[in-house]
Amino acid sequence: MRQLLRNINLTFILGAVLVFIVVQALISVGVLNAYWQGIIFWGAAITMVSLGLNLIYGFNGQFSLGQFGFYAIGAYASADITFRWVRSDPSALVVVIFGSLLTLVFMLGISAFLRRFYGVSTLTKFLFHFLATVLGFFLAVRFVNPAIGQAVYRALNGLPSGISQQIVFFLALVGGATLAGIVSYLFGIPVLELGSDYFGIATLGFTIIVKILLDNTDTLLPFPEMKGARGMVGIPKWTTWPWVFFSFMAILLVMRNLLHSSTGRAILSVREDERAAELVGIDTASSKILAFVIGSVFAGLAGGIRAHDLAFLHPTMFGFLPSFNPLIIIVFGGLGSMTGTIVTGFFWIFLLEGALRSLPAGFENWRFVIYPLVLLAMMLLRPQGMLGRYEIAFLRRPLPPLRVAKEAPPSPAVAPKAEEVAA
Amino acid sequence: MKGRPNNLSPEVEARPAVLEIEGLTHYFDSLRAVHDFSITIKEGELVGLIGPNGAGKTTVFNLITGVYRPTAGSIRYEGAQLVGLPSHEIIQMGIARTFQNIRLFANLTVLDNVLIAHHPHSGYGLTDAIFRSRRFREREKAMIERGQEFLEIFGLADRQNDIAGSLPYGLQRRLEIARALATQPRLLLLDEPAAGMNPQEIDQLMELIQFIRDRFHLTIFLVEHRMRLVMNICEWITVMDFGEIIARGKPEEVRGDPRVIEAYLGRQAIR
Repeated sequence: MRQLLRNINLTFILGAVLVFIVVQALISVGVLNAYWQGIIFWGAAITMVSLGLNLIYGFNGQFSLGQFGFYAIGAYASADITFRWVRSDPSALVVVIFGSLLTLVFMLGISAFLRRFYGVSTLTKFLFHFLATVLGFFLAVRFVNPAIGQAVYRALNGLPSGISQQIVFFLALVGGATLAGIVSYLFGIPVLELGSDYFGIATLGFTIIVKILLDNTDTLLPFPEMKGARGMVGIPKWTTWPWVFFSFMAILLVMRNLLHSSTGRAILSVREDERAAELVGIDTASSKILAFVIGSVFAGLAGGIRAHDLAFLHPTMFGFLPSFNPLIIIVFGGLGSMTGTIVTGFFWIFLLEGALRSLPAGFENWRFVIYPLVLLAMMLLRPQGMLGRYEIAFLRRPLPPLRVAKEAPPSPAVAPKAEEVAA
Repeated sequence: MKGRPNNLSPEVEARPAVLEIEGLTHYFDSLRAVHDFSITIKEGELVGLIGPNGAGKTTVFNLITGVYRPTAGSIRYEGAQLVGLPSHEIIQMGIARTFQNIRLFANLTVLDNVLIAHHPHSGYGLTDAIFRSRRFREREKAMIERGQEFLEIFGLADRQNDIAGSLPYGLQRRLEIARALATQPRLLLLDEPAAGMNPQEIDQLMELIQFIRDRFHLTIFLVEHRMRLVMNICEWITVMDFGEIIARGKPEEVRGDPRVIEAYLGRQAIR
């Protein structure tokens, strides 16, 4: 047993399975009621969003305030898919899935085409990709949906209802995440060229634009079912513990495997010194876009999970103030630490809810004074975040064993530190 | 041949040119940083570029590696035009450089610094990494072994897992050169490699430069302030002042050139 536990991958899988079973059992016997389930699912969703932001800011060094915009896109897109589906309208599903697929194909073609020219300006590049997106979704709305919409509906409804629901939910989550990824790609092409601070401001603008559009989904945008600033009701409540758990694990594994690879090292090098990275042959522009898109996809997926847990969406959920939550979480947990983000993500939601419940009646709004004080104290006492760059063994980047013996062992103060910071 | 001293041995002149710069000119707004700079470097040569502070030496390196786009002029590497290419593509074509002030990835390990420079040769993609394919495991293992071999060559093997920023200054210089060579260059640009070193360290550095030159079959172009290094190892030297070439020739010729002495020590010194 001891020997087995030394295998960190196995230990991690065992631990994860254990968590899954315990929570599922507690839900089944009713210890975790709907309220506590909501808290856990919310914590998981916000953690997924924060992991994405940590990839963008903590690991890639690009200060972004746009994460909640992509969270909102994922939430609304996947909610629209299932909302229409349960009302016997497959159009959203077909348009999002096939529109995204067509767009991705067009974008691949355009990237390959543009690569043959040197010195293509970013705006040209953006314009081409934007046109690809417009064309992809136009074709999906105009031709694909009328042609195969009903067939898809009948085919999926032919399955037993439980299975078809799960498939539709899966496609809705994938669709929402993909849409967030496509938008982030389009947004990232011109904006990631800006330096880090300017990029932060631009992404803040993005969140605000998304919020304004969501306020006017029924007037500016052709989505009356989203009901603009009144909030979208009637989303099926399909999020269950297994969905939360497996989405979470998928994100965690993708992020870990990405960061522990050569591409991950390239992403880290951009954070360390962008100019130096460029001058050892790293394509920093692609590296930044990659991290940004993957981080946004995480946010989009989390949005879908959250939307189908709450069964209600409102633009204020994605407004200016809440959009700082992921940033607070990753700074609090430690920039560049996945473990820190996970711990703090859940902690933050428990704190938000705990303060709401435990403060005496009439004083609830004092929690908005308490949080900043907690943050201030944190920044003063432990500016590197709760866990710094510490990672649990499974998430830590492996240090290859030395091939030679250390000649002069460094002072003991240095040796453990080297492992700790190796995130 | 343009941009070369005319008294070099015919054996060297017969070799193919690696770097050919012609009429390179660069302005920062209205400030002329480099004017009509030309040089041709042949395969296997070790050439120095010297000049007083602010003469435009580092700007030349930045123009070669695509950090700035020149106002005018052409830069050819093995016959291919470099002007207009992004830096990372220039590096991937086989040019590597180090920096005047060391720019390591200070929070990453020594091995990571070298592996990052290997990234364009990693041989696996994103999907391989995410799904941990067999290709990923094999290539990653091979990559780490290569990186370790590199560190062994540079005597950094026992520091492999140390944080790069925690190394002593001399080793950081060494690591920076190792990282530059990990990009698999044929032309190496060294920007003031001896900055901040004492005479003894400079001697070690000279040995290192000679060693890597033979070991990796490099052509080396270096910018330097310290005469000790330049005079001892460079085959010929170009001298810049105020963005223009004022002299070129073998070290002993340049040393006695009144224009060079004037640029370095002022007009008073010649009288």
